Amino acid sequence: MFETMMSGMWTGMTATFIPINIMMVLFGCFMGSFIGMMPGLGPITAVALMIPITYGLDPTTGMVLLSGVYYGAIFGGSTSSILINEPGEAATVATAIDGYPLARQGKPGKALAIAAYSSFSGGTIAVIIMMFFAPLLASISKGFQSVDYFALMILGLTAVSAFAGKGGFAKAMLMTILGLMLSTVGTDQTSGTQRYTFGSLELLDGIEFLMLAMATFALTEALLLVLRRDECSDSLNPKSIGFKDLKVTKKEFKLIAPTIARSSILGFLVGVLPGAGATLGSFMSYGMERNLAPKEEQEKFGKGSLRGLSAPETGNNAASTGSFVPLLTLGIPGSGTTAVMLGALVAYGIEPGPRLFVDRPEVFWGVIMSMYLGNVFLLVLNLPLIPYFARLLAIPRVIMIPCILFFSLMGVYLITFNSFDIQMMVIFCVVALFLRLMNMPMAPLLLGFILGGLMEDNLRRGLSIYDNSISFMWERPLTLGINIVTLIVLFFPLIRSTLGGLKSRVMAS
Amino acid sequence: MKSLGKTIKLGFFAILAGVAFIAASFQPAQAADVDEIHFLIPGGAGGGWDGTARGVGKALLDSGLVKKVSFENMSGGGGGKAINHIISTAHRQKNTVMVNSTPIVIRSLTKVFPQSFRDLTPVAAVIADYAAFVVPDDSKYTSWDQVMADFKKDPNSVKIGGGSVRGGMDHLVPAMAIKAGGGDPLDLRYIAYDAGGKAMAGLLSGDTQVLATGYGEAIGLAKQGEVRILAVTSEDRLASAPKTQTLKEQGFDVVFANWRGFFGPPKLSEARQAELQSVLEKMYKTSEWEDIRTKRGWQNLYKPGKEFVSFLEDQELKIGGIMRELGFIK
Repeated sequence: MFETMMSGMWTGMTATFIPINIMMVLFGCFMGSFIGMMPGLGPITAVALMIPITYGLDPTTGMVLLSGVYYGAIFGGSTSSILINEPGEAATVATAIDGYPLARQGKPGKALAIAAYSSFSGGTIAVIIMMFFAPLLASISKGFQSVDYFALMILGLTAVSAFAGKGGFAKAMLMTILGLMLSTVGTDQTSGTQRYTFGSLELLDGIEFLMLAMATFALTEALLLVLRRDECSDSLNPKSIGFKDLKVTKKEFKLIAPTIARSSILGFLVGVLPGAGATLGSFMSYGMERNLAPKEEQEKFGKGSLRGLSAPETGNNAASTGSFVPLLTLGIPGSGTTAVMLGALVAYGIEPGPRLFVDRPEVFWGVIMSMYLGNVFLLVLNLPLIPYFARLLAIPRVIMIPCILFFSLMGVYLITFNSFDIQMMVIFCVVALFLRLMNMPMAPLLLGFILGGLMEDNLRRGLSIYDNSISFMWERPLTLGINIVTLIVLFFPLIRSTLGGLKSRVMAS
Repeated sequence: MKSLGKTIKLGFFAILAGVAFIAASFQPAQAADVDEIHFLIPGGAGGGWDGTARGVGKALLDSGLVKKVSFENMSGGGGGKAINHIISTAHRQKNTVMVNSTPIVIRSLTKVFPQSFRDLTPVAAVIADYAAFVVPDDSKYTSWDQVMADFKKDPNSVKIGGGSVRGGMDHLVPAMAIKAGGGDPLDLRYIAYDAGGKAMAGLLSGDTQVLATGYGEAIGLAKQGEVRILAVTSEDRLASAPKTQTLKEQGFDVVFANWRGFFGPPKLSEARQAELQSVLEKMYKTSEWEDIRTKRGWQNLYKPGKEFVSFLEDQELKIGGIMRELGFIK
């Protein structure tokens, strides 16, 4: 077993690491970064756009190109999150929370470099875990039932406290509830009835996540820049952003290394579950990191903490890699992007499933190695480009702000080709602007919105399966286990302060 | 220093180059049968409708049957948005065909949108995916008969999952099968997932005992020995799976095909209809189509014009009946 695995890995590697593939991965990374940086265009769009080009290529080469595009687009999304507070997709929302303040403090280069290193490490650690545990993990993830997902979503919601920010917990909860409420708009999955659509066709499919993210983050940010003209500095001095700014000091590396290790593992595990994915991976990593951080570091979260930036970046890349486990071993796509990837694999004549790993290890490893190649080349390609990306911030605001507004609106329109979404976006933006002026945090709103739908669907399926009784919450071992973790996370601050109190009392006596 | 203006210009050229690159790969062939087809896709990129339209478009173009194809995605309102669009702008949609499938029948019955296929010009059905009942490999069931027997003893013991909402296709097919077996479809415990893949994960995790899905979605895992297909809802056994029994031969008279086909704008000229039907018919014989079809696991189902209409009417009658029984329409 182990030997076939090793030889499979070797064949995969030799098949992948050839000049044409390296050309392709470079091209893919570049195109992906470019597309991903466009507000509103994320990995799904980038991969879907590139698939037709790969039809004529050899399957491995095609996969390599797509994985370059994929990682490139994720990184591109992080870039726009950090530089202009414009998360291009759900998985990079958490990145913006500490990345954007860092950039505004005049350290965009450092923020991007940390994001790049974190993504790379997250991907690398995830690939290593995958090498050894893919089949095992696949069989575990297979056992996750709807009720377990429900418990997991509750656990995910506890991350909200990490986004409380100034103004405290009550405001964060309020925004979470608003997010949960917004997620109920549209066709109800379980009964097929329409909720809060007001008879309008446009609302039938619910509210588009990206539209909401752009309205609450990018658009309001641009408008806030106009409103608070004196408060924040004007565009950065281009000369101040140089190559030396990229340098991450040894001390900083030491600070984020444990973060990267923890977030990789957590992100990977969440990613392996077909119903969770990269978004939850990034949010949960951020939440965990803030919970574990010492008091003084906790203060910095949301204001440009390096750990707060590194955690979600690592988590989302590890989770994206993790989502290839159920895709390749079970043929089940866990996210939109992996669904598009599955389409590409099938078009190449590769049929993912439990036999793939055993029967055709070279294909299995070929795919994994090409994913990894994308990860490596992203770092190689993008590190030198970071100063140029960072200089985006040097653009005068009179040009920058209209551009952000234009690209955000355009980005949303390009996804749905629906002008109604743009009108809705403007309304959301106005509401969000008022909320932000009242210091209401926006991330809990998005977290509530993402988790709300998943939570509700899984709960209602669970109730239907368990004959309308919620006894599964304590009777099913896996569900119970997740619930216990949730409780621990909830009471962790309390436990820690009690322990701290005890310790100091012991010291004193 | 790089200014934004430069960046934008650069971006513009990159996109232009990309478009040129893609366009160059679609070289117009000589002596095409049809000059131009514009495909209107009522859903987003990567979905089933999208795959069908782009697959058919590619086969038509590559085989030289059509000189120019273009695609337009317009999602919203479960497809209602695109239907509205093609009807309200019919006068400038002469080259447009809209892809659709069984949900257009279901959604016009439930009044999700006020129009039905009668407001459009049905051109032809091109492919079908038959429904299939799937169980995990270690399941005790080997035929629909046994599922039926358990269902009659205790309807709650058999939970059937599917990738569509309640009242959607994956719910209606098992309801029809239960009705055909003499059970009450109202007792069916249908568990709805938001996508076929997730419903499959639910089957494997033990959430549900049986999965109702498209044959094409189940065949991959069935080949790998992870799941078994109890029965398909085709008229005869499928050529690609001669060992899989049909529901009909197991004694349950249910035939159901999730067709995918094309519709023109209202009052499309007879000449254009005939032209489109003839290229679609010719497409089946091309190697380009065979290639795409086998890769995607599609079954050919060609029903042009009037035949398509009577097929749709029949389906509307059947689906309407079961939906009325389930209380989705009054």
